[in-house]
Amino acid sequence: MTNRDAMAAASRVAGRGGGRSGRSAPVGLPLWVFAGALAGALLIVLPLLAMALRTNWSGFLPLVTSSSALAALGLSLRTAAASTVLCVLLGTPLALVLARARFRGLKLLRALVLLPLVLPPVVGGMALLYTFGRRGLLGEAFEVAGIGIAFSTAAVVLAQTFVALPFLVLSVEAALRTAGTKFETAAATLGAAPGTVLRRVTLPLLLPSLASGTILCFARALGEFGATLTFAGSLAGVTRTLPLEIYLQHETDPDAAIALSMLLVGTAVVIVALTYSRTARPGSGGAT
Amino acid sequence: MTGGPRRGSRHRAAAALLAGSLVLAGCSGTPGGDRTADSGGDGQVLTVYAAASLAGPFTELARSYEFAVPGTTVRLNFAGSAELATQILAGAPADVFASADSATMERVDSAGELGGAPRDFATNVPALVVPAGNPAGIAGLADLEDDGVALVMCAQQVPCGAAAHRLALANAVSLRPVSEENSVTAVLAKVRTGEADAGLVYRTDVVRGGGDVEAIPVPQADEAAVTYPIAATRRGAETGRGQLAAGFIEHVAGPKGRAALEQAGFGTP
Repeated sequence: MTNRDAMAAASRVAGRGGGRSGRSAPVGLPLWVFAGALAGALLIVLPLLAMALRTNWSGFLPLVTSSSALAALGLSLRTAAASTVLCVLLGTPLALVLARARFRGLKLLRALVLLPLVLPPVVGGMALLYTFGRRGLLGEAFEVAGIGIAFSTAAVVLAQTFVALPFLVLSVEAALRTAGTKFETAAATLGAAPGTVLRRVTLPLLLPSLASGTILCFARALGEFGATLTFAGSLAGVTRTLPLEIYLQHETDPDAAIALSMLLVGTAVVIVALTYSRTARPGSGGAT
Repeated sequence: MTGGPRRGSRHRAAAALLAGSLVLAGCSGTPGGDRTADSGGDGQVLTVYAAASLAGPFTELARSYEFAVPGTTVRLNFAGSAELATQILAGAPADVFASADSATMERVDSAGELGGAPRDFATNVPALVVPAGNPAGIAGLADLEDDGVALVMCAQQVPCGAAAHRLALANAVSLRPVSEENSVTAVLAKVRTGEADAGLVYRTDVVRGGGDVEAIPVPQADEAAVTYPIAATRRGAETGRGQLAAGFIEHVAGPKGRAALEQAGFGTP
């Protein structure tokens, strides 16, 4: 119990003090921790380095600007943006309910909502197929109504939203829990209606965590592969996003696949840098 | 600081690294790999990389080869031919490679990765399949030009896609698929589940699809036929398994192989 209190206090201090508190007092670590850390860092860095070494840099520009590469990149950016918007619109209310509401089955709901984090994406894709597919639970009715989701860009957005939504819910919910309810209670005591409290107090407090959650969502959506391939198929300009294009090229033109992979690695570095600079800033939600 | 605790932590570091490498070693075991130890001193493992469409007959032929040459274990790896070729070029431990088209075999050959000349052992022809009951009422290739028909086929870069394109060309139809998959198995899966109204696969997939799919006869299919070559790899020959590989290839091309392949729907080259 005391341990947890201390951790909570420490995280509160870290949240208020920003990066400064982490730098002030170096804590001694046993040597084996460094050995493990080195092995762990190598495991992540070495493969990326190996791929960079194999990249045909002289042909990089023509490879990543071929028409199929540009079509895949454009589609990836459009679908990831659309699913990020969906994640914010659906994930924020979900996080608010999970953090603030009290009803039976709340814990179960949280567990279910976070399920896509641990599910293999191909399983998610199959689940979507049996829901929105042409012979799926809802897909059949949609089909009758003239709405075809199968093999469309909408299917890609659905798959990406499915896998990315938990990232937004996690960041926002954690921020809500860390922030506590004292400002909201004060506002309510002063006579503000729930809608006003949400708009004027809760949401402004959430902005930093919402921003980092949004960036993470976008990153996850951009990298989505398994669910898309299983559920949406693969057609240039319609459903073949950058990871699917890489998968196809890997089998026939490895040079192009490596170049496109480096493009995604570069994007990921930018995204991580953006998220990190946010979490290191004082007063951020500290959700990530 | 004395030497004692430092040395202790160094020992623990070594122990942690050792534990880590043991975990990795445990993970790297390939299916069937442990059987080398069981099969005694003369036990040899032959690794065969074969096109996904060969899964049925090759599984059967691997068992009969193990029976014919006691102490041998045949390890099989099935995937799209292009994927397998990429793996072999990257140094994968294949002793035998069976591809679904000559172009893919040629890619491995020109990189100097073959241990002998490739030998054609089977043929296959493209086939048009629909889900059981033919919900979209497809009567032939011409119906695939209708925009309302969800056609799924392989991407042109992989053997089954190239064959489908030759078939379309021979029949003068233009195909507008809703999805281009990486392997013929993915196409078959989308037809089986009813996601696709029609799919272009191989004749052997009609056999594999069982009652879930129906074949629609198409003319000129023979003009788009593909030939399956098989060859021993350079790596297998250099590691002393050339003889075993040659024996397996002989087995596939021989009467046992012919029977198994014919039963799966393959033709004779």
